[in-house]
Amino acid sequence: MSDFTNPVEPFLRTDRMPHIWCPGCGIGTTVNCFARALIESKIDLESLALVSGIGCTGRVAGYVKLDSFHTTHGRAIPFATGLKLANPKLNVVVYSGDGDLSAIGGNHLIHAARRNIDLKVICVNNLIYAMTGGQTAPTTPSHAITSTSPYGSCEPAFNLPHLVEAAGAVYVARWTTFHVRQLARSIAEAFNKKGFSFIEVISPCPTLFQRRNKLGDGLDTMKYYKEKSKVKHGAPTSEVGMTMTGEIIVGKFVDRDRPDYQTMARAQLAESLGDRFVEQAEMVCS
Amino acid sequence: MVERCKACGFCVEFCPTKVLALSSAFNSKGYHPPHVVNPEKCSGCDLCGMYCPDFAIYGYKLPNAAPQKGVPDEG
Ligand SMILES: Cc1ncc(C[n+]2csc(CCOP(=O)(O)OP(=O)(O)O)c2C)c(N)n1
Ligand code: SF4
Ligand code: SF4
Ligand code: SF4
Ligand SMILES: [Mg+2]
Repeated sequence: MSDFTNPVEPFLRTDRMPHIWCPGCGIGTTVNCFARALIESKIDLESLALVSGIGCTGRVAGYVKLDSFHTTHGRAIPFATGLKLANPKLNVVVYSGDGDLSAIGGNHLIHAARRNIDLKVICVNNLIYAMTGGQTAPTTPSHAITSTSPYGSCEPAFNLPHLVEAAGAVYVARWTTFHVRQLARSIAEAFNKKGFSFIEVISPCPTLFQRRNKLGDGLDTMKYYKEKSKVKHGAPTSEVGMTMTGEIIVGKFVDRDRPDYQTMARAQLAESLGDRFVEQAEMVCS
Repeated sequence: MVERCKACGFCVEFCPTKVLALSSAFNSKGYHPPHVVNPEKCSGCDLCGMYCPDFAIYGYKLPNAAPQKGVPDEG
């Protein structure tokens, strides 16, 4: 078909298709939502950079036709911070997995939120380290069977929206891969926000999470999301923790304003240096 | 893009008007891609396109025409 193309197509490195993600994996669905958000927000693609860490989700950086960076495991946020500080005009998106962002990269996550670095973080949370064979992650719900917890995980899981809100994020939302339109809208909204934005997307990993826990395939998981999700905008993030098969609270939880890192840095310099502080017209590397 | 389909069934399940069904045909990887069973019911909403994790299907509205949609082998 000629005049019509899939809206996601212009954003893909089509020579790399088909991608490696398994049948029923939710990561591709999140990419559709991301593409729709880019279209809707009319963002200048020349100003956009996408940074991923390592993992199945980290592969996004290799599949999108944008200025994208596939960095080392856990270091997407510090890499993105460097990009943003060196070239504040960039819109910098971090697109990575729950393990990458909250385990090995967990310290970077909380400190970027604390400093309110102007980054848009999309965290695909499949409740597991998928790429390496399905090990327990900080996000794995208690009792889940994983390759490193064959008798069930005894650990409590991180509630990521609560964590990043407490650390200082200005925008926090959670959706599942069932909530495609809402997710696209949230991503577009985050582009209009200055400061640390965090969007968690609960996503199926049928191959390693659902299979071991006898929760069916990707479609079964999508039906579970549809049935068990409750939209509660503004819900206290302390109350949105996830369990194995229980209710999933989704929605926009936090939308607030506070000065971002670069604004605070400038203010501090102006205060300390007084007349000696010279605002640079362009703080841009070329 | 019928070759990209991995037969997850998302598009079939979440099409609001049940336009699609998985076919009995195989693509070269051995998956059964969807086909259109109720073309007249398609609104072109593109929910199938938003759900498809393999970028294998999408819907569109034809200008000045009855609603139609992109099917996997047209994308
Ligand atoms: C320094 C380092 N430690 C460990 C690994 C192995 N490793 C690769 S991906 C990954 C976890 C990925 O989990 P997540 O970020 O949740 O991504 P997913 O695959 O689930 O999308 C690990 C531990 C690595 N690549 N580098
Ligand atoms: S292992 Fe899991 S997360 Fe990785 S591609 Fe397969 S389904 Fe997706
Ligand atoms: S077209 Fe896409 S959504 Fe539909 S069955 Fe195939 S891979 Fe799944
Ligand atoms: S575009 Fe048509 S086939 Fe696709 S989800 Fe909408 S109504 Fe169904
Ligand atoms: Mg993961």
